[in-house]
Amino acid sequence: MERERVDVDVVCVGFGPATGGFLTTISREIPLNDGTFPQVICYERADDLAFGVSGVVTKGRGLRVSFPDLNPAEIPMAAPVASEKVYYLLDPVGASRRSATLRAADAALRVSGSCKDEAFELPYIPPFLEKHGGLVMSIGQFNQWVGQQVMMTGAAQVWPGTPVAEALIDGDTVRGVQLADQGVDLDGNPTSAFQPGMEIHAPLTVIGDGPVGPVGRQLDEHFGLPPGHEQREWAVGMKMVVDLPEGCTLAPGTVFHTFGYPEPEIFGFLYVQPDSVASVGIFIPSWLENPVRTSYRYLQHYLLHPLVWKHLQGGRMRSWGAKTLNESGRRGEPYLVGDGWARIGEGSGSTNVLAGSGVDEAWTTGVQLGKAVLELWREGAPFTKENLERTYVTLRRNSWVEEEARVAEYARDGFHRGVVPGMLGMALAGFSGGRLHLPGLPEHAMPTLEDFFSGRIPPEELAALKKQAETHGEALHDLVMNRCGWPEIPYDGQLLMSQQDALLLGGKVQAAPGYANHVRFRDDEVCGRCGAMTCVEICSAQALMPGKPTPSFDREKCIHCGACIWNCEFHNVDFRAGAGGLHSAEN
Amino acid sequence: MTEPFHIVVCAGVAPDPLQTLEPVMGPQGPTLKNELMLPAVLDPWAAHALYEANHLAKSIPGSRVWLVSMAPKPKLQQVLMTMAQKVSFELVALDGPASGFVDYAQVAYALAEAIEGIEGLNRSRLLLFGGWESAGRAAGVTLAMVGERLGITEQFQAVDVLKIGDDGLLEIHERAEGGKHQVTLCGGPPAVLGWATGNLPEPPNSPQTGMANMRTLMPALQKAKPVPVNGGLQFTSASLPRQQRSTRVVKDASAEEVAAEIAAWIRG
Repeated sequence: MERERVDVDVVCVGFGPATGGFLTTISREIPLNDGTFPQVICYERADDLAFGVSGVVTKGRGLRVSFPDLNPAEIPMAAPVASEKVYYLLDPVGASRRSATLRAADAALRVSGSCKDEAFELPYIPPFLEKHGGLVMSIGQFNQWVGQQVMMTGAAQVWPGTPVAEALIDGDTVRGVQLADQGVDLDGNPTSAFQPGMEIHAPLTVIGDGPVGPVGRQLDEHFGLPPGHEQREWAVGMKMVVDLPEGCTLAPGTVFHTFGYPEPEIFGFLYVQPDSVASVGIFIPSWLENPVRTSYRYLQHYLLHPLVWKHLQGGRMRSWGAKTLNESGRRGEPYLVGDGWARIGEGSGSTNVLAGSGVDEAWTTGVQLGKAVLELWREGAPFTKENLERTYVTLRRNSWVEEEARVAEYARDGFHRGVVPGMLGMALAGFSGGRLHLPGLPEHAMPTLEDFFSGRIPPEELAALKKQAETHGEALHDLVMNRCGWPEIPYDGQLLMSQQDALLLGGKVQAAPGYANHVRFRDDEVCGRCGAMTCVEICSAQALMPGKPTPSFDREKCIHCGACIWNCEFHNVDFRAGAGGLHSAEN
Repeated sequence: MTEPFHIVVCAGVAPDPLQTLEPVMGPQGPTLKNELMLPAVLDPWAAHALYEANHLAKSIPGSRVWLVSMAPKPKLQQVLMTMAQKVSFELVALDGPASGFVDYAQVAYALAEAIEGIEGLNRSRLLLFGGWESAGRAAGVTLAMVGERLGITEQFQAVDVLKIGDDGLLEIHERAEGGKHQVTLCGGPPAVLGWATGNLPEPPNSPQTGMANMRTLMPALQKAKPVPVNGGLQFTSASLPRQQRSTRVVKDASAEEVAAEIAAWIRG
């Protein structure tokens, strides 16, 4: 097929904090000293630069280097961290899947009288976790703020609503990207309005499309991962932005980190922003090996925990969203550069799970690449693998991002053995500077529903629940959680509501016409043989529903979190470039 | 073949239709809570006018399209990064409020003044396009006032079709009752056309169009002058219409059952 072609100097894929850092850095030096004006262009899949999702509390070290006079008040929804606490949450409903050790610890804490609101405040925040002097933010507003400043320089163009289908790979050289076709039906067949995606050629392609971006994954497939690297640890982060109730005494900048509830493996957060707004959310990690794991139901139980609910009761949901996190960090780092390309941000393994931080690290990797590109432009040197390694990779290896990523590299391996070993492993790695850690377990298949609930729910009862879910179109995770003793959610229509209402009222999700479905299944038979359908259970937006031969996909609901990719142990989900998704700018 | 047109499209910015809006009282009267945080779109009716303008300009060589828009500069930039990929235009930007709680006459004066200042504009070939309706509570009256300020007496509202005859006559179809159109033959420009929805689909994104627009877009935004629209019309209060929302999950209901329930609900 003949495609139109445009040539630019740099093309970027995805606009998030990493690309924001990159574009901020180079746009300040354009036009270059020799008077040339490189053409820099960035394509973002989402319909607006502000439609990202993150629960952001950050030390902001990299940001403050880029913006030495940064005043948080200039960024909507940003506030300096005022107070920070870490809580271990007990189980107030008795349904959490806790080990005997944890139950004993809970009992001891209750008896000791050191708990309040079913929570135990840790007397000390480990230095690798604390965010004193940092910021709480909305990633959507931050991205919008950065995008406005970059665009106003006139030195770079950032185009939202334009998915990049793939990198143009010639041998092992990346020549640019191809945009997604428009004017096609859901299966990708051309209609009368067909417009083939254009080819954008550039000497340098910058890939910052996040943990599940199609271009980043394409490069992973083409080049593989460096020896010894693996991308095994993932999480779904889901959050709500809440109008706090009248009389709430939480001050802007208040930060709660929590762990222990709704399941011991689930971490949570509450960050207070200006104007009586808070971001509240949880992370469902891949090591929660429940085949019917659901982020949304767990999020609601988290909101209802006494420590959190006492601040939220009477509040109102403003926004909702979710994303996938690549928690493998440094160990999952792909090849960072090659001939004509470089990777930055979360997709390049910059997220630090020990510090619970990703935005500042992503930003800094973008800045590092920006400095490298400016240096190569000054030298008149081409964007070869060797030159990018000499500049960008060297800067990155000698930075705090790398140093702290090394400390975190094996910090969470203990979670493969359980929550208590996991926490011990984190402490061991954190306090030893990464020299010590608890070893993990080899990668293994997710247990079946029957195995996971063995001893709690008889197999025949699970079969009956599956039948009920199939017959009545109910979510299996809801039925199983009810059976495990989790109480029904008392919907109030304000903060506690159905997942679809959260999608509509909070996520405001929509999809532009004229694009193909971006979630496909490679082999129908593989889906037919899959009993777990974890992709359906984990789907953050109920966009995937049970179906035959493959789950049905409704892209009008999809928020592009990508949880279906890594929850399919058969690698049968083909997650492509797509338009649409969240339309909230507050997450 | 008719002479080229100079088409000026007046288009405001409105919050993305999916957003939850909340009017609040500020020092200058009502405003939208978090207006600058909300994602925005080009007013949907005016956007149709822009698509029609672009289509017309393509069909008559030598025609030019200007987009004149007033909104807070950051919002305008955000919206235009989406629109600029779809159609070609030259931007005239005004930095002012877009909440809808403004004196429409003052907005109209500002827009008219900006149009009068467009370099190279041939007023005798001017077609002033905009939305017949507005998502910004201006109800389309602004466009009519801009036309009056510019001295254009031929004004048409709720336009769905504009055909240009070989003799240069404008055949204009305005919506009327019962799904019918009133057809008028107009001798030629200048004329004001307030568009309904027109008949054109939203154009796909075109990187080439975007890059071409960027040559004028950013300089125009950087030059955008602040437009004070204080005083004049006073808003004493603002409130949202009462809404009732109840959610039930019902499986396998027939279309007839759903329709019957909705009809019963409407009847009260």
